[in-house]
Amino acid sequence: MQVTNLGESPVETVALVEQAEQRHRGPLLNALRLLSRNSKIATGLVILLLFVLMALAAPLLTPYPPDGPKSQVAHGAQPPSPEHILGTTSLGQDMFAQIAYGARVSLLIGFVAATGSTLLQVLFGLSSAYFGGLIDEVLSLLINIFLVLPGLPLAIVLASLASASGTGKNEFVIAMVLLFTSWAYGARVLRSQTLSLKEREFVTAARSMGEFTWRMIFSEILPNEIALVASTYVGTFVYALGAEVALEFLGLGDVSRASWGSILFWAQLNGALITGQWWLFVPAGLCVALVCGALTLVNFGIDELANPSLRQAIPRKLRKLLKARAVVA
Amino acid sequence: MRYLLRRAGFYLIALWAAITFNFIIPRLMPGDPLQNYIAKLRNQGMSQATIIALRKEFGADPSVPLWQQYLDYLNALLHGQFGTSTSEYPTPVAQILSQSLPWTIGLVGTAVVLSFLIGTLLGILFAWRRGSWYDTTLPPALTFLSAVPYFWMALALLYVFGMMLNWFPTSDAYDLSNFPNGPEWSLDFIGSLVQHAALPVITLIIGTLAQWVLTMRNAMVTTLSEDYLLMAQAKGLPGPRVVFAYAARNAVLPSITSFSISLGLVVSGSLLTEIVFNYPGIGYHLFRGASESDYALIEGGFLILALTVLAANFLAELVYSTLDPRIRHGRA
Repeated sequence: MQVTNLGESPVETVALVEQAEQRHRGPLLNALRLLSRNSKIATGLVILLLFVLMALAAPLLTPYPPDGPKSQVAHGAQPPSPEHILGTTSLGQDMFAQIAYGARVSLLIGFVAATGSTLLQVLFGLSSAYFGGLIDEVLSLLINIFLVLPGLPLAIVLASLASASGTGKNEFVIAMVLLFTSWAYGARVLRSQTLSLKEREFVTAARSMGEFTWRMIFSEILPNEIALVASTYVGTFVYALGAEVALEFLGLGDVSRASWGSILFWAQLNGALITGQWWLFVPAGLCVALVCGALTLVNFGIDELANPSLRQAIPRKLRKLLKARAVVA
Repeated sequence: MRYLLRRAGFYLIALWAAITFNFIIPRLMPGDPLQNYIAKLRNQGMSQATIIALRKEFGADPSVPLWQQYLDYLNALLHGQFGTSTSEYPTPVAQILSQSLPWTIGLVGTAVVLSFLIGTLLGILFAWRRGSWYDTTLPPALTFLSAVPYFWMALALLYVFGMMLNWFPTSDAYDLSNFPNGPEWSLDFIGSLVQHAALPVITLIIGTLAQWVLTMRNAMVTTLSEDYLLMAQAKGLPGPRVVFAYAARNAVLPSITSFSISLGLVVSGSLLTEIVFNYPGIGYHLFRGASESDYALIEGGFLILALTVLAANFLAELVYSTLDPRIRHGRA
């Protein structure tokens, strides 16, 4: 970057000013700025943040316990009222308390499963493509097998066996089951991206400089597909959350503990539909739909960031800056 | 031909993997689930002889070496023996599965075909009229709908159209009181069948539509900018011919490739949908098996579903290789 370039054309100048500002702000703030500038990512993240806050601040938001012996605060299922804004369950538990505390369980399982699954995806996808040969053959076979086997039935088999094996029905088991059944798709996507990246010149250059293999993979190749990793992470999160709620809905989780899935399990068990008790199943389902929708929105945004051709126009701030420079010039 | 043989080989390996998972998983779990399971059966008041027989069926006899258990297991599967269901004792699992599989295949098949046709046509339309109001508003809306969990969509549809409006029946695959002798070939029966399947199929279509629309739209947008399309239009060919015979014919290939991934998801969705609608398919029985820890039923259900999905995938690849000759000759 030569200083003499400054001022040759307004666009370049703006780009240079931007770069200087970016260096000044440091990487973390930079990433935040980049994310907040994209309206889809910002909207999605705000919705997600609200749910995380609700989960964390659950004891402040509601005086009622969600489950346990003291959770019966009303007589049976009551429709929403000022006292219980989302009504009460058949056991007389406060629905809003269950939703708020349940968000902890559901979001945590989704988070753990998606994070673990992404680590597996990166490990399998990158090493399969980078090493090639026999390793690639074996890993690809494994990836493809997991890809074609139906995920939810496999998860049902695993979860129901685990719940009987003495480990009990708990969140950890569900998270592990989801991790195990969700990694294949992302691994395949990352593998094909790595296959094209490893032929690039900067990788060859790094190799001829005698870099360690793990450094080549993790600090040369991986940073160049970070957008792809991010979008498969978000995609896996959506899958994990949906599948987690589904497994709990089937009664394969800990149904005595409040979570979005177990709320729906009890609603179905008590025939909430037949008796018309809509408040037993509408809130939990809406929460899942909102969180999944928000994450999908984030994914669209990531696509736009990584793929500038999808973006519609120059960002508003940059255009303003351009105009200001043009006037000065 | 070589290509097809290789693919067939892959699906055989995948099937073997599914079977082996089924064999290994209960034996790898800490705390011996089979032991716990048998203890539970004893509490339920099953006779000692039944338990010993069941134990043998599971191959969980500790005195038999593991490889022998594995061979016995494979042998039993080859003869269509999936063991005995304990939740619907003493019905063999194979019988339950063979009765419920047609319903699931019917549901999933109808939903996948309809969703593929509607979604692909919409994708063609959106790409052809790119930038119109429906192209800018409908795809995001559809994507949001597909983020809604299947079973919750099913619950909502059931509540609104089944309970409140009373337009559709709320359980079973056909009217049990009108047809007590089971399925028959009559117009009335088919009407009842369609009426019962409508809501579950609509649920599945809503959940999967967005994927087909987006895949087709994106592929169409790329294809529409090709030179041969400009050529087709310059020759003065009618619009529909350009769209369907020139653009869509080539743009549909990625959709067929993504078929395999989508199929697994639809099967998963259909399991949940069946449970909500009390539809007598595999999902309904898996649910009952899971709630009463009936392993023979759960494992058998998983194997049958895996087999069905693998077979459907293989069919999709056959279709793909006829549509795209490059695949057959190994040049793609």
